[in-house]
Amino acid sequence: MEGEAGDFNVTLTTKPRYIVEDRCTGCTTCVEYCPVQVPDPYNQDLSSNKAVHIYFSQAVPLVTYIDESCLYLKEKKCRICEGVCQHDAIDLHQEPEKMEINVGAIVLSPGYETFDPGLRGDYGYGTIENVVTSMDFERLLCATGPHEGEVLRPSDQQHPKKIAWIQCVGSRQVVPGGNSYCSGVCCAYTQKQVILAKDHDPGIEATIFHNDIRAFGKDFERFYHRAESLPGVRFIRSYVSLGKEIPESKNVTIRYDTAEDGVNEEEFDLVVLSVGLNPPDSAEKLAAMYGIELDAHGFCKTNPINPIETTRPGIFVSGAFQGPLDIPESVFTASGAGSQCGELLNYRRGKLTEERVYPDERDASGEELRVGVFVCHCGANIGRVVNVPDTVEYAKTLPNVAHAQEQLFSCATNCAKEITDMIEEKGLNRVVLSACSPRTLEPLFRDTLREAGINQYFFEMANIREHCSWVHSKEMEDATEKAKDITRMSVARACHLEPLQEIDLPVNKTALVVGGGIAGMTCALSIANQGHDVSLLEKETDLGGVARRIQYTLDGLDVQAYLHELVREVYQHPLVHVYTGAVITEATGYIGNFITRVQSERGAAEIKHGATVIASGADEYKPTEYLYGEDDRVLTQLELGEQIANGEEKLINAQNLVMIQCVGCRQEDRDYCARVCCSHAIKNALKLKEINPQMDIYILFRDMRTYGFSEDYYREASNKEVKFIRYEPDEKPEVEPTQAEGRPVLRVSLPDYILGRKLAIDADYLVLSAAVIPAAGNKNLSRLFKISLGPDEFFKEAHVKLRPVDFAADGVFLCGTAHYPKHIPEAINQAHGAAGRVLTLLSHDTVTVSGSVCDVVTSKCMGCGSCISACTYDAIEFRKTRDGKKAVVNPVLCKGDGLCNAKCPTGAIFLKHFTDQDILSQIDAAAEE
Amino acid sequence: MAGVSRLQYTTDIRMIRGMCSGRVDLEFVFRAFANGMDGVFIGGCRLNECNYITHGNYDALNMVLLSKQIMAHIGLNPARLRIDFMSSGDGILFTDVVDEFTRQVRELGPLGQSDGKDKDGIQASLEDVRKLIPYIKLEKREKLASRLENEEEYDGLFSPDEIETLFSDVVSYYIDPGKCQACMICFRKCPVEAIIGGKNRIHVIDQDICIKCGTCYDVCPPKFGAVREISGEPVPALIAEEQRIIVRKRRKGVAVKK
Repeated sequence: MEGEAGDFNVTLTTKPRYIVEDRCTGCTTCVEYCPVQVPDPYNQDLSSNKAVHIYFSQAVPLVTYIDESCLYLKEKKCRICEGVCQHDAIDLHQEPEKMEINVGAIVLSPGYETFDPGLRGDYGYGTIENVVTSMDFERLLCATGPHEGEVLRPSDQQHPKKIAWIQCVGSRQVVPGGNSYCSGVCCAYTQKQVILAKDHDPGIEATIFHNDIRAFGKDFERFYHRAESLPGVRFIRSYVSLGKEIPESKNVTIRYDTAEDGVNEEEFDLVVLSVGLNPPDSAEKLAAMYGIELDAHGFCKTNPINPIETTRPGIFVSGAFQGPLDIPESVFTASGAGSQCGELLNYRRGKLTEERVYPDERDASGEELRVGVFVCHCGANIGRVVNVPDTVEYAKTLPNVAHAQEQLFSCATNCAKEITDMIEEKGLNRVVLSACSPRTLEPLFRDTLREAGINQYFFEMANIREHCSWVHSKEMEDATEKAKDITRMSVARACHLEPLQEIDLPVNKTALVVGGGIAGMTCALSIANQGHDVSLLEKETDLGGVARRIQYTLDGLDVQAYLHELVREVYQHPLVHVYTGAVITEATGYIGNFITRVQSERGAAEIKHGATVIASGADEYKPTEYLYGEDDRVLTQLELGEQIANGEEKLINAQNLVMIQCVGCRQEDRDYCARVCCSHAIKNALKLKEINPQMDIYILFRDMRTYGFSEDYYREASNKEVKFIRYEPDEKPEVEPTQAEGRPVLRVSLPDYILGRKLAIDADYLVLSAAVIPAAGNKNLSRLFKISLGPDEFFKEAHVKLRPVDFAADGVFLCGTAHYPKHIPEAINQAHGAAGRVLTLLSHDTVTVSGSVCDVVTSKCMGCGSCISACTYDAIEFRKTRDGKKAVVNPVLCKGDGLCNAKCPTGAIFLKHFTDQDILSQIDAAAEE
Repeated sequence: MAGVSRLQYTTDIRMIRGMCSGRVDLEFVFRAFANGMDGVFIGGCRLNECNYITHGNYDALNMVLLSKQIMAHIGLNPARLRIDFMSSGDGILFTDVVDEFTRQVRELGPLGQSDGKDKDGIQASLEDVRKLIPYIKLEKREKLASRLENEEEYDGLFSPDEIETLFSDVVSYYIDPGKCQACMICFRKCPVEAIIGGKNRIHVIDQDICIKCGTCYDVCPPKFGAVREISGEPVPALIAEEQRIIVRKRRKGVAVKK
């Protein structure tokens, strides 16, 4: 790689697949005949595969490749695969291909490696058979795993009944070969594995040995409770050591130590090591090649105020190469990296795109029905089981069928061309394709119909592969009968299909960002840097949000200096329009065309915008417990930070300071972890120790959740003799003001579980780690923008993992602490992510809405309102007419689920493309012979 | 995943694709049985795991619970209808469930074999139920749209007594020819065009088309009060075509009033 931001030259070498990708159909005949059996790395070497194989069942592309274990590649022998392939897709003479590309920006997403306990033989891994890693166990649980989803232990392939998980394997340790940081994801994935294992076999006893359960992610605390409350599940807080392998049973014993019971040795059928995350193996090579720096842990070195930037301009990083991340966070950074490439390259956006031109659509409304049926062999995939010629002959006998034929691969370019030709030649106006699942290829074939000049909704797929040949591979006759039935049902349905138009809505190419904190400002700037006007609303008179009360972060970022710079940039940007003191009075419209009325210091305004971003932040909980508000020696962490910054003498000279964690959260009414408080406490403790090393600091905690690289600071605090004392929620610390040695103190008493006695600490200051709570205005915003709130009243994203910055309502996006409590760099990651999602909308002139939405036959509507209450998208409303109120659908808001259709007593409201008639025709056709 | 993983299962099932299990209509279920299908299976996403905010699988569940009670009421074995919730990744679960269900249905045999009535009796009852579906949707619309919190509630959502009442309380609407003034209001408002009539022609209701929504009853001007609710007794036969003409007395007066 050479060059600079905006102009990089990259040389890529593609390893040979030894398979001609366009010819391979994924039929796996070659795999059947290949004589070479090798351990399958995809299944952690727990099962075997062949030298030629498909990497895994959802691989893209779903075709085979040949690996280095191939006999021909090693010894020039065999070549059986060449003989059995009917498509001439094997090419054992492929060479590596070199390719030079010129790009403006580069995103590094190499991911991570899991920690390998085999290197040091941790907990007997590699020598004791029934000790597996969590990755091994993950495969054991999976339907595509080594035993098709049966959990069998390695030594005897029996179902284990007693399973132990050991947490923090390779993480949170400073010994050689280990990682000092917390991997952040293992607590949650272990709980998932426990729940899945119990699903597989409810009789399993699961024991999790841990040192702090770090359920700091959104909804993780509830997930933890779910795992914890299952019968037969124990979470035990203890370091462990491996006892022995029992020779007869191959069971494994684990020694552990609890305050209640002392040292114990217990036997388990299977031990799972919850291994952590390592930097990718290629990290150093990548760093050298791309001229970027790595951090102390070997991950990509990033900028705290922009964690997506590497040390080299034009090169960005997304995913776990930033450091340990879970899926939603990886997705934020992926969108965010896209947005930053956009900022860099916006000046040439769209230069490489070409618009597709389709022929004019033929009006088929007056024509008699002429259905064309194409039955695909899919190579051998269908043809080997289903008698395709028979099915074609049968199709010809069906009513309204004007043409039927077979095809080898309908999805191949020549066959698709054949379909368009036949539509024209035979005057077809409905097309049924008996082939595979519509999930992947329906869009392609709809396009084929458009190419032929007929409406794309005149297309119907009959799935005779996933629903037939693949799942009835031994019953050829029955499968052929079924294929005929499926085809007949599809033909019946096709006869009722109506031409539908997709609506192209114009997009107003501006955005509205609600909330002028760090997330909102970052998002607004990123959108504005890509050439779009942004209105930025802030309810206070100043920008900055809660960050105005934070002086520095744990890793030393000067927050005020950064904030100052950010605010200046926002005000100086010609495309960002700031409204302070803003109150939203009304919000209407839909994707691409929102109208929001705002009352602000600039007066009343009506803002029209195409996209909306909710970045409205969160609040600090105002404690009602531990004398807060009654005694001025009781502070919150934010107040403590402010007092330290102000150099309050009394505070700095204090002898004893006690912090209490989890104040106002991880309890019944706020059942979540506020994520940031443990690090905040450590940050303030370290600062105080720096100013006054003599001060005694106690942190009373339930679980220390200093995930990721913050773990290093936890260790540092501990080394500097900050004392960590654990308390249980049912025996919370008690606080009373009293006198000790002549000075007024706050006496904090609690049980010490290690020493087994009651402790009393006389504190000069008591600092409460008050929870981050949802902003008071969330409910109002949720109502205004028709977006949902989760159980804790933080905003609820469209999908936790797949769409973590989108709302279910199209055109509305989410970032920052409005989503869930998070640290500044995390909020910045997500803000860029939201900007990336906004740009995918604003960079288009129009947005296309599906034709398969609901509509109403007004004369049939009796105005009962059943449809309105069934619709979760507020897409239906009453309109007053001369004949009373009638339901009307806004097709832009309709998502096409058809709940209203199933509720309507008169059939007035109907889901296009899935009308009663469409589906009933299939039900009726299914019963015919 | 069952397909991609090539998991083998029974060939006895034919599938129909919908975008959300909440789209499945009562009519789909009863039409399938009326067509002679021996079992109906509905597959939806796992509860509370909707990828949208729709959660239509709860609607499907309610619909199934109601259908089962209706099936029991008409002597059709409710075990012939099944709903299960699974994700697209649950291939094994899908094949297990489908195999088990088809085995159970095979044991039950064709309609009428292990049901409360013989095949003809069931067919006749199914026809009756299908006619009443619009009425059932209206009467039970709140429960059909409810969101059940825990599994214990499922059993109690619809009770046999409730279904008994649902069917015994069915009313028919009848226009009293002596009172109808052929004002055309009900004729125009009927959502299914079940009313036969015209200007100066006494309106009558075609009971085969009527969905018993009561719109005509609600809109008939009180001063006429021509629409009657009839339950527990047969609806009088339609009056003959030639008797339907209204001879108005003070036509002028009416015109002036207008």
